[in-house]
Amino acid sequence: MAKKNSRALTELLRRMWLIRAFEEKVSALYAERQIVGLLHLGIGQEAVAVGCCSLLRNDDYVFGGHRSHGHAIAKGADINRLMAEIAGRASGYCGGKGGSMHIVAKDAGFITATGVVGGTIPLALGAAFAAKEKKQNQVAVVFFGDGAGQAGPFHESLNIASLWRLPVIFVCENNGYAEFTPLSAHTKIERLAQHAKTYGIPASTIDGNDLFAVRDAMAKAVEKCRGGKGPVFVECLTHRLRGHYEGDPAKYRELSQLAEWKKKDPLARVARLLKSKKAITDKELEAIESEARERVEKAAEFSMSSPWPASSDVDDHVFATT
Amino acid sequence: MLRPFVNFAFAMPEQTYLEAIRAGLQEEMRSDSSVYVFGEDVALGGPFGVTKGLSEEFGVNRLVNTPISEGTVMGLAIGAATAGLRPIVEIMFIDFITLAMDQLVNHAAKLHYMSGGQLRIPLTVRVQCGISGAMGAHHSQSLESWLAHVPGLKVVMPANPADAKGLIKSAIRDDNPVVFVEHRGLYWSKGQVPDGDHTVPIGQAAVLRQGEHITIVALSSMVVPALAAADELAKEGIFVELIDSRTISPLDVETIVQSVKKTSRLIVVHEAVEQGGIGAEIVARIQRETFYYLDSPIIRVAAPFAPVPAAPTLEKQFLPGKERIVKAAHHAIARG
Repeated sequence: MAKKNSRALTELLRRMWLIRAFEEKVSALYAERQIVGLLHLGIGQEAVAVGCCSLLRNDDYVFGGHRSHGHAIAKGADINRLMAEIAGRASGYCGGKGGSMHIVAKDAGFITATGVVGGTIPLALGAAFAAKEKKQNQVAVVFFGDGAGQAGPFHESLNIASLWRLPVIFVCENNGYAEFTPLSAHTKIERLAQHAKTYGIPASTIDGNDLFAVRDAMAKAVEKCRGGKGPVFVECLTHRLRGHYEGDPAKYRELSQLAEWKKKDPLARVARLLKSKKAITDKELEAIESEARERVEKAAEFSMSSPWPASSDVDDHVFATT
Repeated sequence: MLRPFVNFAFAMPEQTYLEAIRAGLQEEMRSDSSVYVFGEDVALGGPFGVTKGLSEEFGVNRLVNTPISEGTVMGLAIGAATAGLRPIVEIMFIDFITLAMDQLVNHAAKLHYMSGGQLRIPLTVRVQCGISGAMGAHHSQSLESWLAHVPGLKVVMPANPADAKGLIKSAIRDDNPVVFVEHRGLYWSKGQVPDGDHTVPIGQAAVLRQGEHITIVALSSMVVPALAAADELAKEGIFVELIDSRTISPLDVETIVQSVKKTSRLIVVHEAVEQGGIGAEIVARIQRETFYYLDSPIIRVAAPFAPVPAAPTLEKQFLPGKERIVKAAHHAIARG
């Protein structure tokens, strides 16, 4: 493997590890009740986040859902401010007003997450519309799960994006479950890419745990969008290795199914590939993990030592003032 | 001999309410290229003609015809706002704002707050409301109180052409989501509209008439029967102080309080259903500030707790009018 390629790949693995370490730390802090609220972790879905966002510019617009810590990190959000936000501290991106499901890291181009399933899909269309008017070849990307595929705005958005040739990339993380229910109990349509095709949008279904497959599909999508050729839909088959939310015992999932998915862990696959090409040593791999954990540890220290928001903040920012 | 000159110098063109809105839209679209209009048939002028002629001037790129997907169109406009545009969304009837409530309430109203101020949503939502033409329960509602209940939304309801123009300009320039509630029955009403860059501040009521016996606060189309009632009461020697609320949220409580401290009596008139209408909020706030000034209980004149009936005779009965306002005034005076 060429040195340049292995360096680039190692960097991507670093980012995936940063997300993994971050989510595991947030989970630990939550278990200790140092973080409270409702948390939805993306452990196991790192390849989608990093594979997609690594192909974007800072000024491209990214929108997420309730499981978007990884999306924000992959887009370039500062993990200190991100963790502080999840911990409800004043030093968080949103001054503690947003929390885990409503992350906004505007300077990194992560516009917003949302607590409403599929809620940001129409928002992404709007950002794409603005991008089209501004003529600077920006694109909008929106992440959502298989559960959003049955919501009205999903279909309305596919229709309008196609009709108006908007530069928006729909990234569906099909992890097989909408909350506690498998997709098959929600719809007869097994692959959401089919819906996109119904509305005339080019769509593909790929292995979302294969970083290269994700990057390949995304590179093509980005090229199409920047070239003004309209929206693209990428369905990534993946799995969340934890429950729907932290605390969910996930009894609805077979242990054997979980074991199968663990074998497909996206981080391990990249590590295996690098090792097989003799592009990395075990020691270097361990260093990547420990560096990630160190950075995350610092973020935790920063967050836990940050003050809570002032009580006067409770009705601050209800309205923007000129 | 000077009078003709005076009239000429201070002439204010007369426009319909609808024309005044169009003029406001046109002026803002001319001075700010980031203003876009999204809605069903807006490029063609819309069902009532508010946007007539605008797509010829600004193009179908800025007057964007949308499919019948209110929820997604609302979300699209909000997303465009986060990316630097200043969008206006037209919802054809306020009855259909129900379809856009998720995006309006959960995103437009909350993104500035939830983002800790990082995002601004300079969105204007234009809707028309109210009873006119026996259109029935899905094309006649007044739902402004729902919107006033949402922190992060501003809600305005102009009652005359000058305020319609002034408030649409203020709404568009405001960096917050503003719901601009037009009344269909007022579209063809005429009034003088100041020339030039005429704006009306959001959150400011207007005292249309001064009087010392009773304060009447009226919203939107109810200003018309309230004025007629004031005329009739004046003949009996009862002088009404008439306040046009203009903004529903944030309410101009201070103007109403000052008036009630003077008159000691208050009637609130709106076309919306009485239960849970914005009148309830006005009454609650005013009584808090003026309890010891009141000579009689505050009265609300509003629609009954029922959907709007289709039969024109029933619709007439449903709609509050001059007679009920006069009756309420007599009641309030008699109590004192």
